[in-house]
Amino acid sequence: MIHLSHWDLVLAALLVLLLAFLSGRLQRQLRNQILVAALRTTVQLLLIGLVLKWLFDLAHPAFIGLISLVMLTVAGREVMVRQGRRLTGWWSFGVGTFSMFLSSFTVTLFALWVIIGNEPWYAPQYAIPLLGMLLGNTMNGISIAMDRLTQSAWQQRQQIEGRLMLGATATEAICDLKREAARSGLIPIINAMAAAGVVSLPGMMTGQILAGADPVEAVKYQIMIMFLISVGTGLGTLASLGLVSRRLFDERHRLRLDRLHVGNGDRRAS
Amino acid sequence: MNRSELFRVRNLAVADIGPLDLALQPGECVGLTGASGSGKSRLLRALADLDPHRGGMWLDGEAAGSLKPWDWRRRVALLPAESAWWHDTVGPHFPDEPDAAALSALGFKPEVLGWRIDRLSSGEKQRLALLRVLALRPRVLLLDEPTANLDRDNAGRAEALIRDYLDGSGAAAIWVGHDQAQLRKVAVRCYRVAAGGTIREEQAA
Repeated sequence: MIHLSHWDLVLAALLVLLLAFLSGRLQRQLRNQILVAALRTTVQLLLIGLVLKWLFDLAHPAFIGLISLVMLTVAGREVMVRQGRRLTGWWSFGVGTFSMFLSSFTVTLFALWVIIGNEPWYAPQYAIPLLGMLLGNTMNGISIAMDRLTQSAWQQRQQIEGRLMLGATATEAICDLKREAARSGLIPIINAMAAAGVVSLPGMMTGQILAGADPVEAVKYQIMIMFLISVGTGLGTLASLGLVSRRLFDERHRLRLDRLHVGNGDRRAS
Repeated sequence: MNRSELFRVRNLAVADIGPLDLALQPGECVGLTGASGSGKSRLLRALADLDPHRGGMWLDGEAAGSLKPWDWRRRVALLPAESAWWHDTVGPHFPDEPDAAALSALGFKPEVLGWRIDRLSSGEKQRLALLRVLALRPRVLLLDEPTANLDRDNAGRAEALIRDYLDGSGAAAIWVGHDQAQLRKVAVRCYRVAAGGTIREEQAA
């Protein structure tokens, strides 16, 4: 593998500065956003590099568990803040985090135990990147799907209640909206699988090839990751939709929109 | 408790509206009136168990809580002021295909079942929503301004259809409306939601 020197990174950074300068002529805010984001990338990745190095040397299951929990909590918070109208109380954070835990952790453990079969199974070189990729993708699917379901329940209240009035159960009344939400949560991963290798070369595989791995070996890993990600995203999305739609109704099958926060958009407008 | 009593409401209150106490005999229709925003529609929603509420309701002696919510709503059926439609055409909204006689009672031909929802006028929607709720064969009809969007002829037909249904099936109805003349015609007595949410029975003038 060819090592990157500091100067190589500086050259790439100069290109970002050029981009910031050019876009700053259009809009100053955009320039600042680019600079801040570039700075965050540098600092965050350097830090995680140090953490991973330390973690790999230590390889203690308790620390790996701790890091996994931190990753899960941050992902749970991301899901929550992406919601236009989130569930009140701890429900929004709870549903998102629990669904991600359920899907990402099970799929990662399955991959570590059954597929990779590494010794020890929790070896951080495998466990952490796998969990990271799964969490990142599951997070997208879940936050899109939950947002879609709560928004459409809010907007189509009349339709849902119209069905309830004609004697539908809560499940029947919301099933169309749930189906649409599941579809929008799963579109990104379906697109990624369909376009892989033709339109896009997935990042993990590209990284392995750049690092000198055999392309066929890299491809096999990528296929496995794609499958795991789609299963994780699918399970997580379905779990979160099930929990959200249950929370949207009470035991008498009444639609309880009072369990949703007033949307961010509305608050900004008022 | 009266032996023939069909529907009983005791101390029903939602937010600061109520309490409502009433008893309906089979075939009876009572009116519910009050200024806009006084909470008439919210009371109807509570009666259909669509909103959390205080107090109790009984149908044929069975408490609302002892019936499955969907069974309660089929038997104590709400016709909202603004009806909701979710399929592309009219037909799929009906539990069973309505017969031509029912459709013609409100001036429709059987072709109406193939009509597209986005082409319907508000009056057509209101009449079709009435037919749709009657297709459930409810025991109590909760009618929220059922003729508000109808011209005089159609309003008369809708009143007659509801009357025939109540007489034929022994069901009862609560009719929310603003038109005093109409309420005197369709209802045996009338309740008024006053400012502050209190409800009292109006004395016949």
